[in-house]
Amino acid sequence: MPSNRTVSDASITQFTNCRLLRDHQLTREDLWVRDGRILDPEKLFFDEQGYADRQLDCGGAILAPGFIDVQINGGYGVDFSQLSEDASVGVAFVAKKILEHGVTSFCPTLVTSPPSVYHKVLPKVKVQNGGLHGAGVLGVHVEGPFISLEKKGAHPERFLETFRGTGGGDRPGGIQRLLEVYGCLDNVAMVTLAPELAGSQSVVEELCQRGITVSLGHSVANLSQAEEAVQQGASFITHLFNAMLPFHHRDPGIVGLLTSDRVPAGRSVFYGMIADGIHTNPAALRIAHRAHPAGLVLVTDAITAMGLPPGRHTLGQQVLEIQGLHAYVAGTTTLSGSIATMDQCVRHFRHASGCSVPEALEAASLHPAQLLGISSQKGCLQYGCDADMVLLDDQLNVEATFISGEEVWRRPLQHGAQQGGH
Amino acid sequence: MRLVILDDYELASEWAAKYIRNRIIRFRPTADRYFTLGLPTGSTPRGCYEKLIAYHKSGDLSFKYVKTFNMDEYVGLPRAHPESYHSYMWNNFFKHVDIDPANAHILDGNAQDLEEECAIFEKNIADAGGIDLFVGGIGPDGHIAFNEPGSSLVSRTRVKTLAKDTIVANARFFGNDLSKVPTMALTVGVGTVMDAREVLILITGAHKAFALYKAIEDGVNHMWTVSAFQQHPSTIFVCDEDATLELRVKTVKYFKGIMHVHNKLVDPVLTMKND
Repeated sequence: MPSNRTVSDASITQFTNCRLLRDHQLTREDLWVRDGRILDPEKLFFDEQGYADRQLDCGGAILAPGFIDVQINGGYGVDFSQLSEDASVGVAFVAKKILEHGVTSFCPTLVTSPPSVYHKVLPKVKVQNGGLHGAGVLGVHVEGPFISLEKKGAHPERFLETFRGTGGGDRPGGIQRLLEVYGCLDNVAMVTLAPELAGSQSVVEELCQRGITVSLGHSVANLSQAEEAVQQGASFITHLFNAMLPFHHRDPGIVGLLTSDRVPAGRSVFYGMIADGIHTNPAALRIAHRAHPAGLVLVTDAITAMGLPPGRHTLGQQVLEIQGLHAYVAGTTTLSGSIATMDQCVRHFRHASGCSVPEALEAASLHPAQLLGISSQKGCLQYGCDADMVLLDDQLNVEATFISGEEVWRRPLQHGAQQGGH
Repeated sequence: MRLVILDDYELASEWAAKYIRNRIIRFRPTADRYFTLGLPTGSTPRGCYEKLIAYHKSGDLSFKYVKTFNMDEYVGLPRAHPESYHSYMWNNFFKHVDIDPANAHILDGNAQDLEEECAIFEKNIADAGGIDLFVGGIGPDGHIAFNEPGSSLVSRTRVKTLAKDTIVANARFFGNDLSKVPTMALTVGVGTVMDAREVLILITGAHKAFALYKAIEDGVNHMWTVSAFQQHPSTIFVCDEDATLELRVKTVKYFKGIMHVHNKLVDPVLTMKND
């Protein structure tokens, strides 16, 4: 029964016996949740004279903000960029599955596609809260098609675009061209583009004004071009080191943003890191982390094969061979993309960088939330924030996942740990 | 008067906590009969609170049928300020135990009418049947609660202007900025504490040694308000060795000589586990 009817009818849950990640450290502290939000228990005590209706013993585990993946292309056989009619179904399927990786919200990511795909998929992938049905959708991350031909990576060349107007110059370019290609920006949270493309400045500015995060990537931009884009409002670097000019001491390129002194005061540049131990060499990971620890955002950049068991899989036109964390084009040693899960990335990042547990966890929660400008609701466990949480053991294995304070996934008991011992 | 001398701060804190524990358990509080406990803040009682929390966590002690009344609170300091006594009590005690928030009374230093707030507090104490055990600490100048030197020894709960010494001593909690230290407080009076059926005063550290001397070896004097408890029928001073530095050898020897008697108050230590 709610203990303080005068204020709210909602019941109050107290997570006890846990180590909370709060203010960049783990503290032995209980956590109170009401109405899906984290409650200030001191106010509850003194103002409402209320107390928890039920207590949930966390067994001494770490209780951290739920992970946020701002770059995930699919998984479990689903490719978000190959969806059309059933886009929302595919996203929902993956959303449910990634709960077991501790991911409580994410940005489904579309790689370079023809306008028809954007027009079909973007309206279907709606921003929505998470719950038992799956991780929340924060909005789509559209990676391309306004990217560099030279650094297109695996993106299909024939669909690349520029901000120039088409059809003899009488058709508008810039943001108008972008709107023509995407169709609708309502469900878009982030756009990855190459800032060296002509006309990009006004596009960056316009997108930022609309509350869309602009990320720099798949680009041959030099540092000053990148800095200019940041001054226009860009705030993220898509998979640092990948698909950009390599670091050079006379022109460090986009990588140089990590230590740039031309980032406007009060702003920060974040950068995505695929910490699967394969796509980024641990030494490169350490260089980035040590240069700019507060900007590191762990992303999976996971492809269709993430979550599938080892062995051969046919995905669309491709045949893949999964061995451990490697997904090869079958019969070759060509990597076809990342298949690491977010919790694996957190563990690898901690191991490879030697960083603290709070740092590793914040790179998958606080930093992406700050990047998206939602850190007053997500990514931390301050009072008033959404109670999206992940319960972890000391090795950072996920034990349970909570969204809005409700348990949405729990690790099944190991055979040996089962009661009764049949 | 009883004077209990322990080797160090830890042991003194533990002794006091055991005493409070036994006192509550012997009382057998129920929904119809609450135990009323007066509580202090400050650095001295921290160790004692830690022990009480441990007893609660181990299932030996419940505060379900305990009403608490705190000694004092600053005037005008936001309740959520980390140095407010509300914050202190929440962080050092209340959040760790099973007390009903409705039974935890702390003066509201932000009340519209401060005098009325004080009168209500006195009435709440009376309605609760008076205080069974008032636990207190003292300042180096011998003040109990915020009853600064010169306070009437029959005073009741009221608004009090803090002494310069107290303000300067508190500056360390407010970024060493004197202008940020509250200059007024609401405090129970000496008379309010004197009305308690029992009083336990914790005094630890060499810097409190002179105050302890004034409290128990010198006469009753409103310049050392804690000395008023010489006239209380049931007061226990719990101190560590350091706090005895200004006492006469024979005083210390006498009370150490009867420690075996005082220790019977905390040995055996009782538990609620079998209830």
